[in-house]
Amino acid sequence: MTDLIITGVGGQGIVLTSKLIAAAAMEKGYDVMSAETIGMAQKGGSVVSCLRIGNAIKAPMFPKGSADILIGFEPAETVRMLPYLKKGGTVILNTHPIMPVTAALTGGSYSGSDMVHYLESLDIRLVSLDADKLCREAGSPKVLNMIMLGAAVNSGVLPFTLDDAEAVMRKTVKPQFAEMNAKALRCAVTA
Amino acid sequence: MHKEFLMGNAAIALGAIAAGLDTVSGYPGTPSSEVLETVAKHNDGHIYAEWSVNEKAGMELAAGAAYCGAYSMVTMKQVGLNVASDPLMSLAYIGVKGAMVVMVADDPGPISSQTEQDTRTFAAFSKLPCFDPSTVQEAYWMIGEAFEYSAKYGTPVLFRPTTRVCHAYASIDVLDRDEYKTHENGGFVKDKRWVIFPQLSYNSHIAIEKRNRELGSVFSGYKRNVLTHGTLSRNGKRLGIAAGGISYAYVSECIESRGHVPALLKVSTPFPFPEKLAVDFLSSVDEVLCLEELDPVIERELVFLCGKYHLDTVIRGKYTDDAVLAGENSADYTKETVCRFCGYDVALPAALPQSPELPKRPPVLCAGCPHRASFYAVKRAMKVEKAVFCGDIGCYTLGNAMPLDMVDTCLCMGAGVNIAQGIGRIEPDTKCFAFVGDSTFFASAVTGVINGVYNQADMVLVVLDNSTTAMTGHQPHPGTGRTMMGEVVEKVDIESVLRGAGVTVVETVDPFDLAHAIEVVRQTAEKKGVKAIIFRSPCAVLIKPSKPLAIDKSRCTECKNCIRQLGCPGLVLDDEGRAMIEPALCTGCGLCAQVCPAHCIGGAGND
Ligand code: SF4
Ligand code: SF4
Repeated sequence: MTDLIITGVGGQGIVLTSKLIAAAAMEKGYDVMSAETIGMAQKGGSVVSCLRIGNAIKAPMFPKGSADILIGFEPAETVRMLPYLKKGGTVILNTHPIMPVTAALTGGSYSGSDMVHYLESLDIRLVSLDADKLCREAGSPKVLNMIMLGAAVNSGVLPFTLDDAEAVMRKTVKPQFAEMNAKALRCAVTA
Repeated sequence: MHKEFLMGNAAIALGAIAAGLDTVSGYPGTPSSEVLETVAKHNDGHIYAEWSVNEKAGMELAAGAAYCGAYSMVTMKQVGLNVASDPLMSLAYIGVKGAMVVMVADDPGPISSQTEQDTRTFAAFSKLPCFDPSTVQEAYWMIGEAFEYSAKYGTPVLFRPTTRVCHAYASIDVLDRDEYKTHENGGFVKDKRWVIFPQLSYNSHIAIEKRNRELGSVFSGYKRNVLTHGTLSRNGKRLGIAAGGISYAYVSECIESRGHVPALLKVSTPFPFPEKLAVDFLSSVDEVLCLEELDPVIERELVFLCGKYHLDTVIRGKYTDDAVLAGENSADYTKETVCRFCGYDVALPAALPQSPELPKRPPVLCAGCPHRASFYAVKRAMKVEKAVFCGDIGCYTLGNAMPLDMVDTCLCMGAGVNIAQGIGRIEPDTKCFAFVGDSTFFASAVTGVINGVYNQADMVLVVLDNSTTAMTGHQPHPGTGRTMMGEVVEKVDIESVLRGAGVTVVETVDPFDLAHAIEVVRQTAEKKGVKAIIFRSPCAVLIKPSKPLAIDKSRCTECKNCIRQLGCPGLVLDDEGRAMIEPALCTGCGLCAQVCPAHCIGGAGND
């Protein structure tokens, strides 16, 4: 069984990433369960998706210390979900911070590099990338989720390959965006 | 049969279609809304689907369809059942001819609700059978079984999933179209049975009590109520766990692969309770832990059965403070509680070193949200007045957040209109405002307006008309002119409704025309009687944003008025701590430009 957490902020494409991973795993014959935060909890807030891939899954959510991999689209949100990672688990980290929308009002800003340093100090397998920079190079902020997905698949923790991920992506996105997404999927590998 | 990756609510919808669904009605409410939406999406044209004006209307429509022999379903969230409880309580006595499932989603936490009420308790109160699924796959099969029991016993039945089942996704087995069930409707046949009268109610009451006794034993054999015997003892006491819903899923995961496991009772029909099965369970153990969310329904039944059958089994749960009284049972909480009860090693993960302080991301009104402009206009207009602002349920409840701070009361759908009148009766020198959204206006505020007009109340009704039901995912309603069957129809016009109800002062204003909006509020509030202001501007999520604005730094005096007054997510601080507009978020609504005293906010490029 592979347990995943995907986390970030509303609007980063987390729900779609979770669906693509589920589809790719199902193609490989696995069962999948997942759970997401939606509704009032989501407006401008943290988004978390739990995903489980395996063959005898009973519940969509799992206790702390279980996740094999944490895909963090935002550094502070990644740290927030860290207790769910198991010992020595893998973290795919987008180092680009997003300030809370209320930061200007409440002074609630924070330092993204503090979060990154903290993560670097831990006994985990950390794969950091500035995915927002990679997005700019790819020419669209919309491919952020592909870049993160590519890095996650590349870590070898998920039970499918980049080719498998590309195949389900092509079934999901509009054909005119397929090439751009396919490139983004592999950019963390080549970078 | 094939596999699909489905959200719990979609599984419920597809399961209902496979069972032969003819009609679905309901009112949006998290976490229930996707059920009706999925039926509408998969409708091949033979199902009638509608968003009703409120839950009561939806319930009555579903009843009427089922009187004709149809298979009907009505969907809502738990607080919606309060609105629909009048027809439901009587319908329990009348029964149905076809089949009728009342799909009510509960929300332990609560995550996005006013209350933590438990529909299982409502089932016992209304004497209606209740089904409680624990996984997405189970929900798919169970909704079909709910229709079968409903048809067999001629009664509406409750189907109550919780948020973690409604909004979970799973790859599940679903039937192919040619495996779907069909049935004959037979049509409406005139009969005394459809008219509720005291004598009929008396006779029905006896029949219902007898039927429920019978169902208690029938449900003991229902395959989703399961007793698994255990081998675990502690201090010479044989242990058992009783659970339902998502808690059951967590418990079974926690005890699997342990050497000795407790006996496990899974309760999928909390009412009527599977009595025989439960007594078998109780007789096989000395101590029981009940794990369930919201009310101690299973626990209460087990305590009752111990008394009825003189069993000395100890029942632990909420009544004994062995389980939490409120909130959801997370995977973590369930694991810890089960391990403590069973004497298992909890194996908590090692604590992490102290992390840097994490930012809070509280929910706020979106950038460019018209509600922000409306609240701000009223706030400015009433700055020096004694005024109370009664809020309501919807996105606009978020008007309570700083810096707007414009929601003084919030109770339930449509309550603000009448609360404003009540406050006005005791404090006649206060200007009483009630804010209500367009969907809420139709759902439950119209009667409050008529009440105020008739009883000569003094108040200002503010209708925040954004042409949608935004909070729950943008469903259409009577004012949008679009139905769930895809038809474009005549809109029900809010202004005409108000005038028809006798409101003589009705002003329709664009909230983004700030100076004008403030002036209208000021003048309207001075008048006598029930007055209405309709702030009309579409939800920011539904329209294409305009060009983002920008601040001319050379003229900005750094007063930060824009940020402090509005709290728009588009207004941020730059690296030097000066106000700046984040172009990725700004919708160009222009509100901040009208607030800046230095007039330095304008179109991008600082023209
Ligand atoms: S209100 Fe105008 S002058 Fe004041 S900080 Fe904002 S942009 Fe600058
Ligand atoms: S124009 Fe001003 S108030 Fe409107 S969305 Fe942009 S930043 Fe926010």
